[in-house]
Amino acid sequence: MRVILPILAVIITFALTSALVLMVGASPLEAYYHFLVEPLSSRVSAVEVLVKATPLLLTGAAVAVAFSGGFWNIGAEGQFLAGAVAATAIGLNMHSLPPAVAVPLTLIGGVAAGMAWVATPALMKTRLGIDEVVTTLLLNSVALLAVSALLNGPWRDPISQWPQSPDIAAAAILPKLIPRSRLHLGFLLAILVVAALGFVLSRTAFGVRLRAAGMEPDAARFAGIQVGRVMLTTALLSGGIAGLAGAIEVAGIHYHLIEAISGGHGYTGIVIATLSGLNPWAVVPAALFIGLIDTGSQTVSRALGVPVYLGEVIQATLLLVTLAVLLLQHYRIRWERRAA
Amino acid sequence: MTTDEVPAVRMRGIWKRFGTVVANRGVDFDLRPGEIHALLGENGAGKSTLMRILYGLYRADAGTIAVNGAPATIRSPHDAIAHGIGMVTQHFALVSPMTVTENVILGCDQRIRLDLKAAQQQVSAAADRVGLSIDPRALVKDLSVGQRQRVEILKALYRQARVLILDEPTAVLVPQEVEQLFATLRRLRQEGVSVVFISHKLHEVMQITDRVTVMRAGEVVGAAETSRVTPTDLARMMVGRPTIGVIKPRTISAAQPQAALQLEGVSARNNKGLPALRNLSLEVRAGEILGVAGVAGNGQTELAQVIEGVRPVTSGRLLVCGQDITNAGPRRAMDAGVGRIPEDRHESVVGAMSVAYNMALEHLDEFTRSGLIDRRRLRQHAERLIGQYQIRARPDDPIRTLSGGNMQKVILARVLDRNPRVIVVSQPTRGLDVAATEYVRGKLVEQRQKGAAILLISEDLDEILELSDRIAVIYEGEIRQILDAGEATLEALGLLMAGLRR
Repeated sequence: MRVILPILAVIITFALTSALVLMVGASPLEAYYHFLVEPLSSRVSAVEVLVKATPLLLTGAAVAVAFSGGFWNIGAEGQFLAGAVAATAIGLNMHSLPPAVAVPLTLIGGVAAGMAWVATPALMKTRLGIDEVVTTLLLNSVALLAVSALLNGPWRDPISQWPQSPDIAAAAILPKLIPRSRLHLGFLLAILVVAALGFVLSRTAFGVRLRAAGMEPDAARFAGIQVGRVMLTTALLSGGIAGLAGAIEVAGIHYHLIEAISGGHGYTGIVIATLSGLNPWAVVPAALFIGLIDTGSQTVSRALGVPVYLGEVIQATLLLVTLAVLLLQHYRIRWERRAA
Repeated sequence: MTTDEVPAVRMRGIWKRFGTVVANRGVDFDLRPGEIHALLGENGAGKSTLMRILYGLYRADAGTIAVNGAPATIRSPHDAIAHGIGMVTQHFALVSPMTVTENVILGCDQRIRLDLKAAQQQVSAAADRVGLSIDPRALVKDLSVGQRQRVEILKALYRQARVLILDEPTAVLVPQEVEQLFATLRRLRQEGVSVVFISHKLHEVMQITDRVTVMRAGEVVGAAETSRVTPTDLARMMVGRPTIGVIKPRTISAAQPQAALQLEGVSARNNKGLPALRNLSLEVRAGEILGVAGVAGNGQTELAQVIEGVRPVTSGRLLVCGQDITNAGPRRAMDAGVGRIPEDRHESVVGAMSVAYNMALEHLDEFTRSGLIDRRRLRQHAERLIGQYQIRARPDDPIRTLSGGNMQKVILARVLDRNPRVIVVSQPTRGLDVAATEYVRGKLVEQRQKGAAILLISEDLDEILELSDRIAVIYEGEIRQILDAGEATLEALGLLMAGLRR
């Protein structure tokens, strides 16, 4: 059942979007080939799918753990940016250190910044009962504006004068997994984090308490679980993972901070967490799937000469349909004649 | 039935399935004009399902309905009302800030301009006609549960109901209110209204109804004139065997003088922030069951929660075997020896988690080695309790898939396995069938014999009378009086529960 749902979603999306593809004068079948098959047909583009999936694995895991624990963290985007800023700040000052020290420091900085960014809404939630959906969401804008302020102020590249930071020290850059590709150590780290999270949630007492508090806070409280404390830990864990994603994106791909460093990875994390049913193990296929259609949307526009946004429209439609299909599988349609 | 009489309602071959559970399997049901007809059966026998189908709240999977001899398609309460069918469910659908009149006419006010005065007169007249004393201008929020039920009945009558379905109407009433309700039903019968009276209380069925249809496990096992059957016949039809009550040893087992549970002047607020317990004191001794009787909503829920450690007290003290656990939280209450079986089963289990995890949830640390869950121990523990308490489930089943009886057994097992010194238990058998009810009551008596102090809160007076050594009556957050089980009668309890002092 679970397997045929994505296929069903692809077919429905195809039906919904072919008219659009036809309007720009391309063949829908061909477009779909480039969208879903072409990225996997060459080694270079297949590796690119993994590159695209790397930050999504982490933001997906961050949101999944938060939602499992009943903390509705909509702020993975902001925590991602906080992690990216911290990693840049540390990475810029690592010129005299060996990579074995510089890389961990940079990444830990990202984790700490992500935690710090979520700490305020988490405390407001557990101490004062203020809705975290609103606070975490609002802090995303604050983070983005802070990045913008840094890039247009102290960190503006002195040579190019572009709103981007100077490059971080070479010692702080994540090593490549495959030479001359963009695939870096961060992918492996992301898989490890997801696996560790899956283990913690299913096999440890902490994980059981976290899920109990998330699913049935009243029953958890009744059983003597300190729901507030568990929720605070959940929030910090989530923010830390999102912050790590930001640090990895700086130290693994860009080597400097730009305003578009995230470009919505935190929000896509919500989609991935939802697709995964909040199961960390299922975050892996979900992130790879989004990585695939991310890569595919670029392939389509390049191959068929159609506008890039057409790829984005198809991608967005596919996401919506997939979510709808996941939701609607619990319903059945009943036809009946109205009695006279 | 005489052949020329057209039944007010005729249901034939009604099937209804919920997932794998068959609630109605080919049920036939006839209701004659102007009769009070009992639909009798245990909880889960399919009585409410059948009537919800008649009222359009559920759709039957198969079967036909005829009203006054004509086939009827009923797909919503709207259709049912159009066919002259009204229903009073256990959960009232009233708008509490509105007046009685407004509630009654709500939804059938045809014109734009409301003539409230005329409506008030109509409602008032209708109420007088059937002996429902009620002020049409009173706000529903100021009414007692019994009065609200009358508003629901008025609503149905105002909509020209000729068939009135009452789903366990006496469950929320004190004995005196039950008498008033019965008087009203007799008036309605005189006017030719047919009444379906859903119940599992035999004495009420014998007292008020003309005919009775008995259901068991989704099927009709018999229908008869009430005057031609005895309560024993009905009981046998209901459960398929004569009922056996729990035999409580009359001698107080280990009646020790010292109190195991003491509440000293405890006050607490309800969820709305209003006082729910007012300076309440009571003691439960080791080896006794203290029953708490009262009409729902007089502080029972809050009393249980205070002892369970999930509701703070605003003043007073709470002692377990001399240890002060006032506002100490659930963890310390459990550590002090309090076993907790709450009113709402679902509120104490995590539905999506397995039976094994739910059995361990309150003491997770004992199933953990250096932070990791010891899954073998968890499983062995679950298997042992499943065997010992005859639970029909596997350790890995999500607990929400269990029947109410089995879920209750899981909670019981989780608590009783630790031999708690104090047990606070609310509505332990609500929604359970006869076999599960007997089992649960037997286990409570067993714990009493072992020397536990048990505070039993229940809305089921028969249960209170059957199990308790002493009975405390709670009214508006206060203990009105504590009676020895020997001197307590239904009538005496009813008066105290209604707030009258003897």
